[in-house]
Amino acid sequence: MNKSSQNVTLEKVNQSLARRYRAEKRFRAYGIGAILFGITCLVVLFTDIIGKGHSAFFQTHVYLEVTMDSDTLYIDDPTDPQQIAGADYLAVVRASLSERFPDVSGRRDKRALYALISNGADFELRKKLEADPQLLGKTFGVWFLVDDDVDTYFKSRSDDGEGGFDGRLNEKQITWVESLINEGVMESRFNTTFFTSGDSREPEQAGIKGAIMGSLFTLLVTIALSFPIGVAAAVYLEEYAPRNRFTEFIEININNLAAVPSIIFGLLGLSIFIGFFEMHRSIPLVGGLVLTLMTLPTIIISSRAALKAVPPSIRDAAYGLGASKMQVVVHHVIPLAMPGMLTGAIIGLAQALGETAPLLMIGMVAFVVDIPGGITDPATALPVQIFLWSDSPERAFVERTSAAIMVLLVFLISMNTLAIWLRKRLERRW
Amino acid sequence: MKKSMIITALALASGLTSGAATAARDYINIVGSSTVYPFSTVVAERFGRATQFKTPKVESTGSGGGLKLFCSGVGIQFPDIANASRRIKQSEVAMCNENGVTEIVEVLVGFDGIVIGNSTEAKQIQFTRKDLFLGLAKYVPNPDGSETTVENPYKNWSEVNPALPNRAIEVLGPPPTSGTRDAFVELVMEAGCDQIDWVADLSKKAKAAAKAGNSAKADELKNQHKTMCQTVREDGAFVETGENDNLIVQKLNASPDAFGVFGFSFLDQNIDVIQGSMIDGFAPTFESISDGSYPVSRPLYFYVKKAHVGVIPGIHEYIKEFTHERAFGEEGYLADKGMISLDRAARRQTSQDVSNLKLLQL
Repeated sequence: MNKSSQNVTLEKVNQSLARRYRAEKRFRAYGIGAILFGITCLVVLFTDIIGKGHSAFFQTHVYLEVTMDSDTLYIDDPTDPQQIAGADYLAVVRASLSERFPDVSGRRDKRALYALISNGADFELRKKLEADPQLLGKTFGVWFLVDDDVDTYFKSRSDDGEGGFDGRLNEKQITWVESLINEGVMESRFNTTFFTSGDSREPEQAGIKGAIMGSLFTLLVTIALSFPIGVAAAVYLEEYAPRNRFTEFIEININNLAAVPSIIFGLLGLSIFIGFFEMHRSIPLVGGLVLTLMTLPTIIISSRAALKAVPPSIRDAAYGLGASKMQVVVHHVIPLAMPGMLTGAIIGLAQALGETAPLLMIGMVAFVVDIPGGITDPATALPVQIFLWSDSPERAFVERTSAAIMVLLVFLISMNTLAIWLRKRLERRW
Repeated sequence: MKKSMIITALALASGLTSGAATAARDYINIVGSSTVYPFSTVVAERFGRATQFKTPKVESTGSGGGLKLFCSGVGIQFPDIANASRRIKQSEVAMCNENGVTEIVEVLVGFDGIVIGNSTEAKQIQFTRKDLFLGLAKYVPNPDGSETTVENPYKNWSEVNPALPNRAIEVLGPPPTSGTRDAFVELVMEAGCDQIDWVADLSKKAKAAAKAGNSAKADELKNQHKTMCQTVREDGAFVETGENDNLIVQKLNASPDAFGVFGFSFLDQNIDVIQGSMIDGFAPTFESISDGSYPVSRPLYFYVKKAHVGVIPGIHEYIKEFTHERAFGEEGYLADKGMISLDRAARRQTSQDVSNLKLLQL
């Protein structure tokens, strides 16, 4: 190679260099663009959900003085629990409102006035009296929940009373609300109801505890079944099964099942667990069984990957020391593969937590008020609750829908964080 | 030691699950129409709080789906009550009977209006049912006046009826799986369709043919009538959306020219942003639906399995609560949720039938 030809090559390289740098930059820009696009979508989604949902964590209350008058309540024997339970607490709330607004007369106006307070107010009073029968005959102040229309109005008005969103409130009702606000007896407080109650058709009384417990019981059934079965299947396939057509067939089927739409598992559950075993509809036990079927392939696949990642030298060393096959697997391979298997199981569970379609088929898309206390009580699940609320006509459910989405996201994020943490914490490098 | 523990745990687990599957049920199981669902759930919630019974579980499965579950048999794994936004069909009663569900109590609780509405930013429109049929049917009578059909050529409302605004036809409505859609087709489309004389004659001719014994001819005429009157256009003018979806409100606000089809309770909850269009001269209000002058309304029923009354606790009490004046009366809490109540005499009749558990006679 002579000098001039070398120069020619160098020149060519130098000429193309700028172009190659540009191509390199473009290539990187594509990647950054893709990530920016993803982040933008995420930001838009989060701002929309948080913007709509943050107000649901606060609920407007109004302070009223009530007199637990035994005549108004129709209680003549305070020791009789039946009388305490059946008393007319609404009359007490109404009397208190009428006292506060003495000029309101006429049936229509009175109805409008009473509608300002949540219709759960009487149950609140009943609970108070049941807890402390001494309250009978006494006058005391209570912070009552207001009706959802008043709540929406209070949240949307500015501090000087402008721009309130009146919705279904009429002019008189707005005057009353304004006068209560001016008096300072109406205020926004943290919405504990949202975290301590089950579903309700009154937005101000609706909560997600029922849905959270339903999801919890469903997931308990799922993890209790899918993790041991999944790990056992993975260990057999990875450590024991001979390589032949039959095991290949099983492997293809497992991979296939992981991609089957979840509604199919719901149909399967409907015909097997409800149709054949005659279990009840809408219970977490059936939900958990269906979600077990759904998450099994995910767990088996990830467990096998984790088992495969255990280096053969560990096995050989154990065999070299005279361990039996079972001892090798149980004492060495499974503990080392555990972080990977757990990660797979948690990701599978997170998937199951966000699932609605199969639950639709087995009747977990239902209106359930009582908070489930076990795996055989009727229940819904978090994503189902979101779906049900988004379909409700009451306006105040819009913010509650978004708030429930935020709660679900918190659960999902914490589960995925746990998975990452486990992997980082327990993982061993060779 | 370890092994025996595992075996005990397994035995316990299997014992628990098998016990759970056959355990008695102490809550009422309600299925059925998505239109009755908002009312049924309100009653269920109040009932659960005010009595010592558990809160009933309500599933929204659609009228047909609910009755199918309801009619699958007698026993704790089958529903006790089915809600329906139409009357039970003869075929469904037959299916019930086949599966041993012979004693059914029918309860008529109220009415629901179906509303076509638009954003309050636009003008309130006066439709006739014929306008709506011509605007939304897939096949319409040939505009040249001959007794033939053509695919719907109308793009703007003013082409259908010069009195209507010159705006593109765009209606957001429920999907075919919904009871609201069925009722809309039956009460608006078919009624509007039959206002065209030669189309109405088709069903008359079909009846005459059936009487004369020519069943093939009768079927053909009937089918012709059905395709014409029941097929909704699919060229984009009718957009299928979820039922009672809060999104509809946003969509209607964003495009003031569009209309939406939904239940009256939905209009009632959003009365500040959407308005109901007048149909045949009547606006959808409580009064006009209740007295029957607003033409598009349907009855709301629920059906009770008498064999379950007394077995599942609280059924009789629940249906009594539903038909109590404080619930389904004119000023009751169901009216607050948008249900149109029956008139006084009909309410009294219903309450009486409920306390006697009067059986359904078809």
